[in-house]
Amino acid sequence: MQGVLPPDVIAISTSPSTDPFWKAAAEHRLVVPQCTTCGTFRFPPAPFCFHCRAQDVDWVEHDGAGEIYSFTVIRHAVIPPVADALPLVAAVVELPGTGGCRLVGNVVDCDPAAVRIGVPVTLDWYDVRPGEAVPVFRLA
Amino acid sequence: MLKDQTAVVGVGATEYYKRGRSLPQTSMELAGKAVILALRDAGLSVDDLDGFALYSMGFDTSLFAQWLGVPEVRFTAMLTGGGGGAAGSVGLASAAIASGMAECVVSVMTLQQAASRFGASFAPRGTPGAVYSAPPSPEGAFIQPSGLMGPGQMFAVLAQRHMHLYGTTREHFCEVAMSTRENAIRRPTSLMKEPLTKDQYFAARMISEPLCLFDFCLECDGAVAVVTTSAERARDLRHPMVYVGGSANGGNGRWGQAITWMGMPDEYFTSSGHRPVAKRLYEMAGVTPADVDVALLYDHFSPMVIMQLEDYGFCGVGEGGAFVADGNIRWPQGSLPVNTHGGNLSEAYIIGMTHVKEAVEQLRGAAVNQVADAEVALVTGGPASIPVSSLLLHN
Repeated sequence: MQGVLPPDVIAISTSPSTDPFWKAAAEHRLVVPQCTTCGTFRFPPAPFCFHCRAQDVDWVEHDGAGEIYSFTVIRHAVIPPVADALPLVAAVVELPGTGGCRLVGNVVDCDPAAVRIGVPVTLDWYDVRPGEAVPVFRLA
Repeated sequence: MLKDQTAVVGVGATEYYKRGRSLPQTSMELAGKAVILALRDAGLSVDDLDGFALYSMGFDTSLFAQWLGVPEVRFTAMLTGGGGGAAGSVGLASAAIASGMAECVVSVMTLQQAASRFGASFAPRGTPGAVYSAPPSPEGAFIQPSGLMGPGQMFAVLAQRHMHLYGTTREHFCEVAMSTRENAIRRPTSLMKEPLTKDQYFAARMISEPLCLFDFCLECDGAVAVVTTSAERARDLRHPMVYVGGSANGGNGRWGQAITWMGMPDEYFTSSGHRPVAKRLYEMAGVTPADVDVALLYDHFSPMVIMQLEDYGFCGVGEGGAFVADGNIRWPQGSLPVNTHGGNLSEAYIIGMTHVKEAVEQLRGAAVNQVADAEVALVTGGPASIPVSSLLLHN
């Protein structure tokens, strides 16, 4: 997979709120928490609904297909271990049907010049380590 | 109300250094030098000092007060967050004074990037080569694996969308960088003393598209201090009056962690986060954008100057690019000279406190690039996570 960080530069820290997301990610499933009281999606996962302040959620599966909301093409290594992975396209993708939840990840195996705001992408997964995967995108 | 109850009476700064060159001084030693200079500028001394109002994690005022022998500390507090609180630290000082908790309060920033580079602020701690890196956080895990590890990369995402929505171009970013440099080259304190040409700008290496090297602020060491006291006491001191007309800090809750979560509502995703703070500032001070003679806008990245021009109402949202292209921010002929001191981009990056110092010097009529008859100055803290902040000074 081209256009991702080397595994040793990626550190995934979890909390009780975010743990279900990462457990599903390891199985290559995208899940987004939805408030059981008012139906508002929240992302990243958090202990409270920002709309009604309730705590319980349903974990709703999403196919991760969306459009690029914005992005940057990273050309300079701010830390040395990133150098060999450049250029990196870091994109913010809005997930349709979630009230504006956005997922951040690399657009992989692409020509950076082809990346534009508004273009459709599909979801894929980058297996960082056994049991650990992060979301990435491919131009549709 | 805070309006006109306090005044800024002293400013002081160390020499500004390229990153790492201030060694073997310590960062708190630099702070001490700046504070002593600011008090001396006011015609005061450490014996008059009784408060600290800091921001961006500040420093240990217990040791500092012990070093300097402050007779009695009556107030020591800090705005939460990072560089967003720069201008607001003077508002915090004013709040302490207006409430009667303290009488003579210093706001100070000291910075030493020898062992810590903000460019890698959000790299995971423990990564080889990562200095000033972030402790692992559950929220960071949704951003950092994409390679977004520094503020400039993150603001590039906002800049890209501003270009998409409004037709803003790199020519506009270039105008911010060039006009700021033009102001810096006339000042002996500036680290950047050579003019910047359009050819040089467009030939510069890309750091994180659409931002190139010259869209980024400098990496510096140094300290700047500002002394605030009651307006009543200020009238007996040596400089012309520089009143604190108003100050505000904060932001919409869903602006939140801003660039480090990217979930801000669409309505103001492509902004500096300052709109609610700007509204409160103007209301408190009883002024409008048309009253502002000089604006010192926190310029960590050139596109964020354009978004602040919009958010402080100097032009419409989306019109910031055209506003700078028309020459409005140039000194001396523009309708709103911006960053007459050379800003974070070209004079020195001391996390925004050079902007407060410049506003005071403009209102004293003592600036190097003096705006004729300047009466009202706007100072902003960095577009950042909550709080962002600003300060309205007048003479």
